[in-house]
Amino acid sequence: MATAVKAKHQRLILLVVALVVLIGAALLAAWALRNQASYFYVPSEIVAKPPEADRAVRLGGMVEKGSLKTAADGVTVNFVVQDGKARVPVTFRGIVPSLFVEGSGVVAEGKMGADGTFVADNLLAKHDENYVPREMQDMTREQAEKVMQETK
Amino acid sequence: MIAELGLAALWLAAALAGLQLVAGGLGLTTRGAVLGEAVRPVAVVQGLLALIAFACLIYVFAVTDLSVKLVALNSHSMKPLVFKIAGAWGNHEGSMLLWVTVMGLGGAFVALVEKRLPERTMLATLAGQAFVSLGFYAFLLIASNPFERLSPVPMEGNGLNPLLQDLGLAFHPPTLYLGYVGLSIAFSFAIGALVTREVGPAFAKAMRPWVLGAWIFLTVGITAGSYWAYYELGWGGWWFWDPVENASLMPWLAATALLHSCGVLAARNALRAWTIMLGVVAFSMSMIGTFLVRSGILTSVHAFAVDPQRGTFILALLAIYIGGALTLFGLRASTVTEGERFALVSREGALVFNNVMLSAILGIVLFGTLYPLVAEAMGAKVSVGPPYFNPMGALFAVPMLVVLMVGPLLRWRQDKFARIGKGLVIPAMLVAAMALGLVVVGGVALLPFLGLALAVGLAFASLLPLRGRNLRRTPLPIWGMVVAHFGIAVALFGMSSESAFSIEKLVAVRVGEVAQVGPWGVKLDAVEPVAGPNWTAMEARLLVRYGVGGKVLRVLPQSRSFWAPPQQTSESALLTRWNGQFYAVLGGEAPKAEGGDRWQLRLWWKPFAPLIWIGGLMIAFGGFLSLIGRVMADLRRIIAKDKIAWRRERQGR
Repeated sequence: MATAVKAKHQRLILLVVALVVLIGAALLAAWALRNQASYFYVPSEIVAKPPEADRAVRLGGMVEKGSLKTAADGVTVNFVVQDGKARVPVTFRGIVPSLFVEGSGVVAEGKMGADGTFVADNLLAKHDENYVPREMQDMTREQAEKVMQETK
Repeated sequence: MIAELGLAALWLAAALAGLQLVAGGLGLTTRGAVLGEAVRPVAVVQGLLALIAFACLIYVFAVTDLSVKLVALNSHSMKPLVFKIAGAWGNHEGSMLLWVTVMGLGGAFVALVEKRLPERTMLATLAGQAFVSLGFYAFLLIASNPFERLSPVPMEGNGLNPLLQDLGLAFHPPTLYLGYVGLSIAFSFAIGALVTREVGPAFAKAMRPWVLGAWIFLTVGITAGSYWAYYELGWGGWWFWDPVENASLMPWLAATALLHSCGVLAARNALRAWTIMLGVVAFSMSMIGTFLVRSGILTSVHAFAVDPQRGTFILALLAIYIGGALTLFGLRASTVTEGERFALVSREGALVFNNVMLSAILGIVLFGTLYPLVAEAMGAKVSVGPPYFNPMGALFAVPMLVVLMVGPLLRWRQDKFARIGKGLVIPAMLVAAMALGLVVVGGVALLPFLGLALAVGLAFASLLPLRGRNLRRTPLPIWGMVVAHFGIAVALFGMSSESAFSIEKLVAVRVGEVAQVGPWGVKLDAVEPVAGPNWTAMEARLLVRYGVGGKVLRVLPQSRSFWAPPQQTSESALLTRWNGQFYAVLGGEAPKAEGGDRWQLRLWWKPFAPLIWIGGLMIAFGGFLSLIGRVMADLRRIIAKDKIAWRRERQGR
């Protein structure tokens, strides 16, 4: 490449190269999204059709009254998330959000363990009226009323 | 009264924006040339009126005038004054008003100081700016009037989300908006140049300071926002790939690409159509980001569908502006003649590579941000996080960083690697040595491994453009480039180190007990209630010591409860040393156990984490140096011109 490009259409070459890279990036992104996006489940769905092991998913539902237990180490909590149709035990090691209480909604991010216990690495509780995790808004609309009535 | 004054000023500003658009448009025709004279003064007055409207909004917030709906919904008489004022833009309507104010002032500023552009391009640019402003004025006046009154007047306001009651965050949106709106000026320049078909080095030189200014604000805004998320949210992370963060990152990526392609156009008259295209894309990304954050679509597609007026309005604006600009580009791109040629191995070649990689990363981020919305519209709820963004971003960032070591050393037009090979021996050895060291240490994941190795090489390579120069006579833009690229190395080192070497400890301890996290010994000395102006808190007193012989220091993490609106936040406590940061969060009270109450503590040791934000600020400072250099050069040129004219005049007598 001692001399400048003699090609007549340098712009065309650049355009083609840029397009190839960008389209490649888009295809790659589409493939990665299919593999990496974390799906949202409610308990009845996750029990009926568990996700593959090691796949990060989100589980949303109501914290069952009377199910919240803190382990001896003082930082691990175990509780049950339910949607009126199914119950899923969840374990979480960490500081729970301030609005995380029994009988209200939660979204747990994590993985489904082999023994049927959901291992959460993050909990989202109902924040305040202005900020609600996306899934919870829908959940409160679709299932929460039912859940509320059934857990009263 | 003040609220009505603000509304009147807003209507007048909108009317003037309409006038500016018409006069600017007609001024381009031969018969309407006289109208062109009016465009500059109109732009100035329009900016001032928008500023008056915004000042009125700040006033009603400062005095907590609860008869204004926006104040009642978002403020509270018991808040500290600075947060009352910041509350003016801490909400949807107010932030939109801030947006048009900054846009109006930007247009006014261009009208006053821009002397380099041909008059016709100038008119088209100001008309373009008015065209964009007009849409946002319409949005404010029709769909979200910030000055709306409330009747009956409530006794007290709703308050402001306590998370937002933080000085850093209060000035975060204005910083980002200055960046977004600076890009609107680049957008208008691009439109202007397309309309008048005048694309060349002069155009790039005129546009560059604006892009640079916008980019500096975006860089500072993103850096500050990341630091806020780090210490305020108490999760110990500094970047979550949250859609709101991505909304500010995407314009930054586009602006970074635009900045570099502007440089090629100014210096070598190449990449002409590409630069115009990026000018359109950069502001489009700002608008898309604003749409995502401000329309409520992020919270839920359903919520958006329930109250679609605002979102639909912004969506329509997006369609008109982005669609319109891209259509204009499509029609005119073929008439933008091809620029100067260059070889593959050349400064231009490296910059094209940087541009393509940045665009690819931009595409990756955009895809990942929009995918959950599209999926939800189709009935599946998904979220996309670091497992997607990190590897996909790195895939394009790593080659870009490699080229970044070489690029600034290459000559314009054409060059040979052999010529610069010698200088790169040391950086290459540094990369190899670091990689070897990390292999010996072991246990470092691939991305931080690459990051650390590249960072040390880049830190050295970024200084090479100064080699053999007289440092005192080196132009400021060169210094700016060196400092910004060195800042990238610093930030990269911090990010990689933080993710490779952070140590986290989660414990429940009694008062008097000791925990160990990395080299830190931490003793819980006491937990006491404290009170602030509008909150109460439990405060832990931790006595911490680095290593065995370190000084005992005190840190005070809190768990705060606000009462308007009722919410709990955790105030983390940080200790910064030269080699990292100690980070402590107080959780809740653990269940009763033998021997007294236990408190949950979450402790981190994050080696070199502060470099993330120091690097970010260095990048911005590099931009600032460049901007100063460019503006000074412009001023010198203008003064020299005036002198020559003055001499001629004297000789003529």
